[in-house]
Amino acid sequence: MALAKHSTFRRSAGLVSLLLTALVALLTFLSASPASADEANMDEPFRVSGNVQNKGEPLEDVLITVTGPGGYEVEVETDAEGKWRVGVPEEEEYEVTLDESTLPDGVAVVEGSNVRTVEVGPAGRVSTNFFIGVGERNVTSFFDQFVERLATGLNFGLMLALASIGASLVFGTTRLSNFAHAEMVTFGAVMAYFLSVAIALPIYLAIPLAVLLSGVFGLAMDAGLWRPLRRKGLGTVQLMIVSIGLSLALRYIFQFFIGGGTVQLPGSNSPQIPLFGAVSLSVIDIVSMAISIVVIAAFAFWLLRTRIGKATRAISDNPSLAAASGIDVDRVVRIVWIIAAGLAGLAGVLYAYYRPGIKWDMGAQILLLVFAAITLGGLGTAFGALVGSLIVGTLVEISSLWIPADLKYVGALVLLILILLFRPQGILGRRERIG
Amino acid sequence: MDWGQILSNTASSLIGPATIAYALAAIGLSVHFGYAGLINMGIAGFMAIGAYGYAISALTFGLPWWAGFLVGIGASIVFALILGIPTLRLRGDYLAIVTIAAAEVLRLLFLTGEFDDVTGSADGLSGYHASFRAANPIPDGTYGFGPWTYNANGWWVRILGIAIVAIVALIVWSLMRSPWGRVLKGIREDEDAVRALGKNVFAYKLQALMLGGVFGALGGIVYALPSAVNPGVYVTSLTFFVYTALLLGGAATIFGPILGSVIFWVLQTFLSNVLPALATSGILPVTSTQASTLRFVLVGVILMLIVIFSPQGILGNKKELTFVK
Repeated sequence: MALAKHSTFRRSAGLVSLLLTALVALLTFLSASPASADEANMDEPFRVSGNVQNKGEPLEDVLITVTGPGGYEVEVETDAEGKWRVGVPEEEEYEVTLDESTLPDGVAVVEGSNVRTVEVGPAGRVSTNFFIGVGERNVTSFFDQFVERLATGLNFGLMLALASIGASLVFGTTRLSNFAHAEMVTFGAVMAYFLSVAIALPIYLAIPLAVLLSGVFGLAMDAGLWRPLRRKGLGTVQLMIVSIGLSLALRYIFQFFIGGGTVQLPGSNSPQIPLFGAVSLSVIDIVSMAISIVVIAAFAFWLLRTRIGKATRAISDNPSLAAASGIDVDRVVRIVWIIAAGLAGLAGVLYAYYRPGIKWDMGAQILLLVFAAITLGGLGTAFGALVGSLIVGTLVEISSLWIPADLKYVGALVLLILILLFRPQGILGRRERIG
Repeated sequence: MDWGQILSNTASSLIGPATIAYALAAIGLSVHFGYAGLINMGIAGFMAIGAYGYAISALTFGLPWWAGFLVGIGASIVFALILGIPTLRLRGDYLAIVTIAAAEVLRLLFLTGEFDDVTGSADGLSGYHASFRAANPIPDGTYGFGPWTYNANGWWVRILGIAIVAIVALIVWSLMRSPWGRVLKGIREDEDAVRALGKNVFAYKLQALMLGGVFGALGGIVYALPSAVNPGVYVTSLTFFVYTALLLGGAATIFGPILGSVIFWVLQTFLSNVLPALATSGILPVTSTQASTLRFVLVGVILMLIVIFSPQGILGNKKELTFVK
């Protein structure tokens, strides 16, 4: 702990004490090597802290040097969680340097440089994070990159479609813009996590069970909340705000159980299969796409060929007419909720592999993309939602070839706004007056 | 458990900068949602515009604090125009989705590393206080009593914030009893009827959007005044929290947004102090991090209960329709 010594001494009582201190410092230096301090000078009033991570994995024993005004200098090494913390004497600018030679071989700082300037503001503390990645330049050809993005985008789009068609069906039959749909997505992933990690079921059992539980969850929500509210005659706006409240409550319930960090499902780092050129997909990506396609095909068959599917479309078209022609609207809506929640749960499991990782607000991160997909395809039309999702998914991934990765969702959201302005009925929707 | 400390923190949040900021944003939202019937789900975007407008004009352009206020207000008017001109013709829930998307786009633009020099990306902005604190008329020192003891800068933020709330509430009160306000409420109740009377509904809605947007931006500025601008604050949850405060107090009332924000923050502060304390002293069988997430669960549940059972809020009039069907 005492290794990290710096050269700022308080006004000392004389040469002897100065010499003694220097001697002690030297002795500590000699005896405490190699360094393992993750905190230094914690008696100073202000704090500079940070995190060193390689793709979300913390890196230990990375040397960080903090220098500041008046020759202030202090060294620390990151702890097992990749964290470090130093105390600094003044509200000033400090330079934080990450010693790249202490990183594992073959990786480097990927965002920004290894030297950062931080300013200790009035809050008295400041943090800076280093993101580490493979330190090689990307030499893949544009065509290969494009194909890889397209494949990833299709995978993302298919996963998004599972979430969107459910939300779209719910909107079509009940006119509810369900913000809590995001939490139905998270629910599936969280259930898969509990079944596969806490109860230690094999993953091929855990995922179907998680989807099943999601369906039960959908049924419970309809029976416990939405059906009574429909009976009560709440307006669409009121219902929407209720769904926002439900979304908030559920989101923090998930955080209560799984914490604020990211947890992984088993098998999330599967091997890459090279396809051609520099293009490769992981086993999980391929399985995920196959599952999505099979499920969507089954859903399409259900919607087009079965009695309940036809009844669903009839209600989406005109609920009063459907009710008048003898369709049990409540029963169909209940089935729609079960299917929507099951699909959303499956989407959540696939999204957990796509991201990768399960986080308490993962559903909320794609909620607006789901809305974008639904609106793009045409509100309330299931196949519109499918088309919309594929467009949004590929657009998000391909656009990151040109725009920075942290802005890739912006393209989809701008598209959402533009669609609502110029063709609010969507691609497959019917033109009707919505003004 | 240190009840003295818990109660003192709770009492202090009565006039905290966050409470004042929420009150301003909620008043803005009451103009949008309560009086004009516009479902603006992007109030967080307006707040971000205000906060970043203020901080950037001080840090990048070196403007004095009052000019920062004007920049924040001006930027929010521009944002309201960009948002409003194309979207105000849309049906209610469409408007909600467009505004929430626009606010997210804005947040992502503030968050991205591309404009790091100006926006500070994920670290946000800080250290823009010099001009504001230099203008502080209160001499240095600590003032107040009991839980309300702050230094000169603390009081300067609070006094200015409360003054802004008072002025804004006065503006809304006088506007809503004017012919302009009656037309606005008419639009909320029945847009077509007002249009049939020859009023330009679109212009009224746009004016309401700009007015409420300015109040939202002022809320953002007050939020940023005491400490720093952090992009993690202006997420969609912020919009939902402001909605909770607004609906709690009463959407179509003058004092509802203020009362709602005070209750919201007093409750939040109380729970954020008492729940972890209960957990550490073993009364609640959960960890203290788990205990502090419980208060957000409660926010969600309260929001649902208000909308279902008492959509007019505490101060609202049940006869006055506060939800557009």
